[in-house]
Amino acid sequence: MNPFTFLTQMLRIAIPYLFAASGGVIAERAGIISLALEGFMLTGAFTATLGAYYTGSVWMGVLCGILGGLVIGLIHAVATIRFRADQVVIGIAINLLVIGVTRFFLKLAFDSSSNSPRISGFTARQGAFGFDNPLLWMGLLTAPVLAFLLYRTRFGLRVRAVGEHPEAAASVGIRVKAVQYAAVALSGILAALGGVYLALDQHQFTDQMTAGRGFIAVAAVIFGRWDPVRAGLACMLFAAAETLQIQLQGNQIVASQFIEMIPYLLTIIALAGVVGRAVPPAALGKTGQ
Amino acid sequence: MTSRFREQLEEALFPPVVALFVALICGDILIMSYGQSPAHVYGLLLEGTWGNAYGFGQVIYKTTTLTFTGLAVSLGIRAGLFNVGAESQLAAGGFLAAIAGLLLSPVIPGVIAIPLCMLAAALGGGIVGGIPGFLRVKFGAHEVIVTIMLNFVILALLNWIVATRLHVPETLHTPEIHAGSIPRLDEFISAFHGSAANLTIIVAILAAVAVWFFLFRTRYGYELRAVGLQPDAAEYGGVNVGRVWFGALTLSGAIAGLGGINYVLGYKHYYEDGFAGGSGFLGIAVALVGRNHPLGVILAALFFATLSQGGLAIHAVVPKQMVEVLQGVVILAVAMSVPEVRRALQQARKPARA
Repeated sequence: MNPFTFLTQMLRIAIPYLFAASGGVIAERAGIISLALEGFMLTGAFTATLGAYYTGSVWMGVLCGILGGLVIGLIHAVATIRFRADQVVIGIAINLLVIGVTRFFLKLAFDSSSNSPRISGFTARQGAFGFDNPLLWMGLLTAPVLAFLLYRTRFGLRVRAVGEHPEAAASVGIRVKAVQYAAVALSGILAALGGVYLALDQHQFTDQMTAGRGFIAVAAVIFGRWDPVRAGLACMLFAAAETLQIQLQGNQIVASQFIEMIPYLLTIIALAGVVGRAVPPAALGKTGQ
Repeated sequence: MTSRFREQLEEALFPPVVALFVALICGDILIMSYGQSPAHVYGLLLEGTWGNAYGFGQVIYKTTTLTFTGLAVSLGIRAGLFNVGAESQLAAGGFLAAIAGLLLSPVIPGVIAIPLCMLAAALGGGIVGGIPGFLRVKFGAHEVIVTIMLNFVILALLNWIVATRLHVPETLHTPEIHAGSIPRLDEFISAFHGSAANLTIIVAILAAVAVWFFLFRTRYGYELRAVGLQPDAAEYGGVNVGRVWFGALTLSGAIAGLGGINYVLGYKHYYEDGFAGGSGFLGIAVALVGRNHPLGVILAALFFATLSQGGLAIHAVVPKQMVEVLQGVVILAVAMSVPEVRRALQQARKPARA
């Protein structure tokens, strides 16, 4: 097995996870349970495809993906913050809704129930191995940038305060809801970028193309204990396992189904506290009360 | 007491009514975006579901599975636990029912074979539900995340077993079961011919009655609801909260697992990979819209089954994906209006009580 091909393939798999997991970290650190990452990603993939198809410009595709993520993130925010709806239910509802909406408009826009026509992507030169894709670099930088944002800026301090102790945050004049809105909107944009990467990388939108990646990102958030960098490393780990599975295909040492289980099993083990207990932000999921 | 009952009824009924209204408007927009007339499309939807025996049979079939998964989720919520794992519990239940049906000899009469297969189904779901229960009680691991993660693990495991050990060549399903088949409704009423509806619907209704009796007429049910409302107070009152949590998630899983018989024993007579097809997740919607009451769950299951079957009825005119959008809209709208309605009603009642 060529280590360089392994690395490039692993990165390609990891980038959507990195974006989405960062989105999950920022929302959950602000106290909002983030189970809609899958829906955010799918939205980003779809709106990016629409944008790239109708304008013919890749960057317009990226912009539309970001806008799509912002809109769906704000829907999540309004439902959970303004209406104080159950965050778990809203997350699941958004995932279901987005699957339906993307399918409906796939049919309406492209008269297909499976995929969009081919769209342009970032021109991948031979020998560049995908490293000439700006989204790849953005994805790699997301985790460190988010870590800086969370731990070194006023906004980050506020996000953490709101997620740990909203009453205390409010008592020192932080506008709790405004911070949460910002965090969830940012979460929508980040996760959507994961979907944008997928759609542009595959040069089309296909029905349910995120295929559970949003939940792998949720797993990475928890396995990374709500820390941007550790969540990013978890994404890399999960991507490495998947790459290994792809490279080993043919010589069935371990069935692919067992490799698929790795992120989820690790997360369950982490939650059960066998190797260092994963403890969520104190006020996670508490807007309903 | 009667005014208290009326208040509860108002609080339970307003959100679904609001949601239905919002969904109708969204549906209008989607239909018109396709250049069709909403009245015509809704007419087709009703005609294809309640307007003929075959369509209605399909609605009954879908209602059956959703009743089980809805009851499962609602039982968890009554205990203050969110079981997002009904999807894999349903699959595991169907799987073990098929295994039981394969192991049993065809000479065993249905009255013995069917209950044994049902027991296997409940066992399958109960094990998958019990794991998050155990992890919650023993390690404090949050059941929402564990049940979500376990969905993927169990479904991958079942996929592996079927794909490598048990499938009929060229397919992803097991051989046909030898014993334990549940008769279809068309054996009694020929108008249902061709539809998947089978006698499992009776089991589903009995399960709803049993859950109602358990929740509201037994001491364990009372303890379970007490834990759901105020775990600390229940603990102080002498309830073993951990035991209730473990029991509730196991029972919840067992009910979802039992739902697997609808497909395996009643319809196809084999286990097929992916047969759950989202019914577990839709169970969350059913529990939510049914306001966690067994009767509400049946009605909500009927509603979502109608939507799902109705999608097929309108597909020639408007893509069936429209109903998926409407399902999502209904869930969002109910979830958003529940706290809102509660606050509004509390506000309205305050002066009267002072």
